[in-house]
Order: sequence, then structure tokens, then C-alpha cells
Amino acid sequence: MSSIKLRAVVALSGLALVCAAQAAQKEAAPPKKAAAHAKKPAAAKDPVAADFEKFHEIMEEDSPAELFEAKGAEMWKAKRGPNHVSLEKCNLGLGPGVVKGAYVQMPRYFADAGQMMDAERRIVYCMVTLQGFKEADLAKKPFSKGSYLPDPVALVTYVAGQSRNMKIAVPQKLPQERAAYKLGEEVFNYRAGPWDFSCASCHGEDGKRIRTQNLPNITTKEGANRAFQGWPGYRMTGGLMHTLQWRMNDCFRQQRFPEPGYATETIADLLTYMGVNANGYLYKGPGIKR
Amino acid sequence: MKTFQASILGAAALAIAFTAQAQDYRAQAISMMKRDFHAKGIAHMDRLNEDAVQLVCNRSHDNPPKDVAERLQQDQLATVQYPADGKYLGDWQAGEKIAQNGAGMTWKDGGGKPNGGSCYNCHQIGPATTSFGDIGNSLLHFGKTRGYGADMQKYVYGKIYNAKAYNLCSKMPRFGHSGTLTEQQIKDLVALLLDPNSPVNK
Ligand code: HEC
Ligand code: HEC
Repeated sequence: MSSIKLRAVVALSGLALVCAAQAAQKEAAPPKKAAAHAKKPAAAKDPVAADFEKFHEIMEEDSPAELFEAKGAEMWKAKRGPNHVSLEKCNLGLGPGVVKGAYVQMPRYFADAGQMMDAERRIVYCMVTLQGFKEADLAKKPFSKGSYLPDPVALVTYVAGQSRNMKIAVPQKLPQERAAYKLGEEVFNYRAGPWDFSCASCHGEDGKRIRTQNLPNITTKEGANRAFQGWPGYRMTGGLMHTLQWRMNDCFRQQRFPEPGYATETIADLLTYMGVNANGYLYKGPGIKR
Repeated sequence: MKTFQASILGAAALAIAFTAQAQDYRAQAISMMKRDFHAKGIAHMDRLNEDAVQLVCNRSHDNPPKDVAERLQQDQLATVQYPADGKYLGDWQAGEKIAQNGAGMTWKDGGGKPNGGSCYNCHQIGPATTSFGDIGNSLLHFGKTRGYGADMQKYVYGKIYNAKAYNLCSKMPRFGHSGTLTEQQIKDLVALLLDPNSPVNK
């Protein structure tokens, strides 16, 4: 690893700590300062957002996501699991072992499984069918936490990196794929729960914010592209690598819904809706998120 | 003439087929979620069921026929439990804390801590907080511009208790109706917006 990259990562974890501290503070007590900005009608950028932008510029070329890609690449080739085989025969939709360009063409329908599968769901499928891992074990702790990095997160990051600078082209050829888009759209607009939220409550209008966090309008092509970009993403808040599986989980939490099962069809269909809406844009690869 | 009639019939049949198919996706999506989700903490599976308001808004893309909306709004207004003592103004300082607090009703919440209102997530309110969202309108200077009278107090209490009583498909949650906020908490929020001493009205 280059020393520049190492320094950047050290700086990043420092920043992550600051963020975590600030986030904790935010929940505990209302911010006292900023009375001077009172006359401004629009929200001023909070310090976390400002730090993030500065950091984003420095890291543009040298993303920490690459470290996770490298880890995933090793894992992909290693003989692992009860069956002691690698994932090199895993078919991500473009034929056994073809990784290049696969991420931007998922979710898609996989006839062998009879299912719509996003990248993570497919990788879990390969880990189970080829390597002999147990699905229930993989679903037990699927999200990064502290120093714990789930295998599928590293693997998805590697696979996603192999689609860097390629066009998003989520297929709609098969009837199952077109149905998945429609089902995803229904899930997106389904308002329920104690706070009457749907995805559309927060992601259905242009230019809206929750506090200072910008909310992409996922019903538009441009907003869906924003939602697709940068995932899997190294998240400054907490300093963890996360995939879209995690993002969907945390948004359903904020929606006050029960918890969606890990790597289920509901998530695959939601990601189909988002991915197809983003079709045609260039995917810039795994990135960083605030 | 004949072909014209046939094409009208055809279009009607197509429209029916289309709605039938749309309905079908909706029903399929709901049963898929019921299969794929599980209860966690206080977030039980019954949260995936729509109530009447949610159903009407979901089916009409938040644009229900006017008469239906009015009738349902009246039903919602009837659910509002106004304070028995007839007093609407609580403590604006307590209200500010509730407005800042974003916790409540998620699967991580519960366990005896009071819920918050997440109000700043969607509204500008007090002048000191610049990190506010904008899904809702600005409430800065609310009392100053809208008045401090008893009718206004009753309206704001009712709006927080059940936002759907005034705008059926509002994006604002029903904080009293859903059991998120208590009577006292809602009074404190009314004070935040309508107490002349609240910084909102300075
Ligand atoms: C109550 C509000 C709320 C609801 C409901 C909600 N989200 Fe989010 N969503 C957010 C917030 C806040 C963020 C974080 C934005 C940020 O970090 O800048 C976010 C981020 C996202 C992102 C990443 C955007 C990006 O720029 O990287 C995606 C994708 C997303 N949401 C999709 C969904 C979907 C799909 C649903 C429904 C299952 C949903 N959201 C429901 C509030 C919500
Ligand atoms: C998820 C978004 C959201 C949250 C959270 C939210 N609101 Fe709202 N609120 C709105 C929207 C959107 C409107 C305007 C549309 C309408 O009337 O429903 C609104 C309208 C209002 C109004 C009426 C304003 C007027 O001009 O008459 C009041 C008062 C209000 N909100 C207070 C609150 C308070 C207090 C809280 C916290 C307990 C809160 N809101 C939380 C979205 C929200």
C-alpha cells in the first residue's frame, strides 16, 4: 500500500471518530451556536458535510474502497468454505467466472435459481451452492460493525470495482425482470407503518433534505443515478464499508417498518427499480459516503 | 363504424386488463413483503398492513377524489383527543428538545426512553438550528405571523396529533394518533410554535 493511501486512511478514521462524536452530540443536545446564521433562509452546511467535501476532493483518485476491493479480490480467488473451492466458477450473469461488467448489469433474473438477484444476493447464492456456506449463517450478521467485515461486503466491493467506468445497464429483457421492476416500484410507493412513510415520502421529490442530508429523488433518472453511485461505499460516519443491502435496511428502519430479510427478493426488486431508472449513466465504482 | 366500436371495446378491455395487472403487482408486492420481512424490537409485522388512510393514498398516488378525502379527513379529525383541561400551551423549552429528538418508533427504539418528534428533520423551527430539513414548510415566526389565539392553538394541537385530519395524504406523521407523542409532549410543541416567549416568535 502506498504511504499516501495509508496516510489518507489514517486521516479518514480520525474524521470518522469526529463524525461519530458529532452524531452522538447531535442526538444528546440541541446545537447551541449558529445564532449568527439565523437570518439565512437556507440551511448552512454543517461541519461534517464541509469536512466530507474537503475529504472527498483529496480522496477522489485514491479511494479507501480500493482496499476493500483488494481484500474481496483475494477472497474471490481463495479456496474457502466447507467445499474448499474458490468463487471463480460463480456465474454473475455473464457466464461462469466473468466478473468484468457484471455489477452494472444486476439485478437480473437467474434461471438456475429461479430468482431475481442483485450482486449481493447472487454472491451469497454462490457461497452457498459452490462453497457450501450456510445461508442462515451469512444472514446472521450481514452488516459491517466495528472491526467486523462480513465476507459478502468485501466480495461485492470487489465485484463492483470490476464495473468501474462502465454504463449502468440493468436488463429488462425477460418478463421476470420487467415484473421485478413493477414490484419494486410498488414497494417503493407502499406507505404504511406508524409514521405513514414509504420510500417516496423521503425520495419522491427533487431537492429535499432531512436535516442537512440531501435526499435523491429516486423516481427520476438523475436521482436514481445519484442513489446508485458510490455504493458499495466507505461511510465516514462510523468508518465502515457498506453495500446497498445495508442502505436499504437502514432506510426501512427510518421508515418505521419491520426488518427486511437479508438478500431477499424484496430488496432485489427495489434495487431493480432503482437500477433500471439509473440505466445509461456511467458507474464510477465503489466510493465514499458521508 | 364497426371497427371504431371494436376499438373502443378493445381499449376498454385493455384498460381493465391494465388495472387488473396493476392491482396484481400491488397485491403481489404486499405479499412479497409479508414473506420477506420479520418483526424486530417494537417494529412488529402488523406495521405492514395499511389502514384506511394509507390505503386510499397508496391507491390514488396521494391524490384521492375530493369527497373521499374530505370524508376521511373528518374521520381523522374525530380521532383527535384534545386536552381535558382545555389548555394547549405547555413548556416551549421542553418542546424544543422534543422537536430536536429524532428517536422513536424504529426497531432500535423502545425500552422506556421517550419518543421524539423529528420535527427539525422536516421543518425550520427555531432560529438557532440551521441543520433543518425542508420536506415541510418553515415554521419560523409561526405564532408571530399566524396569531396566538385559542383557535390557532387548537389547530396546531390537532395538526400535530393527526396531520391527516387537515391534509389526508400529508407526508407528516400522525404523532398523537400513532401513540408516538403524549398529550404533554404535544402541548410543549404547541408552546414552541405559539408561546410569544419562544425563540420561534422572536
Ligand atoms: C424517513 C426518511 C427516509 C425513508 C422513509 C427512506 N429513506 Fe432512503 N435515505 C434517507 C436518508 C436520511 C438518507 C441518507 C442521505 C445521506 O446520507 O446523505 C437516505 C439514503 C438513501 C440512499 C442512498 C442515497 C445516496 O445518495 O447514496 C438510497 C439508495 C435510499 N435512501 C433509498 C431508499 C429506499 C429504497 C427507501 C424505501 C425502502 C428509502 N430510502 C426510505 C431517508 C429515508
Ligand atoms: C416527514 C416530514 C415531517 C415531519 C417529521 C414533521 N412534519 Fe410537520 N409538516 C410536514 C409537511 C409536508 C407539512 C405541510 C403539508 C401539510 O399540511 O401536511 C407539515 C405541516 C406542519 C404544520 C402546519 C403548518 C401550517 O402552515 O399550517 C405544523 C404546525 C407542523 N407541520 C408541525 C410539526 C411538528 C411540531 C412536528 C414534530 C412533532 C412535525 N411537524 C414533523 C412534514 C413533516
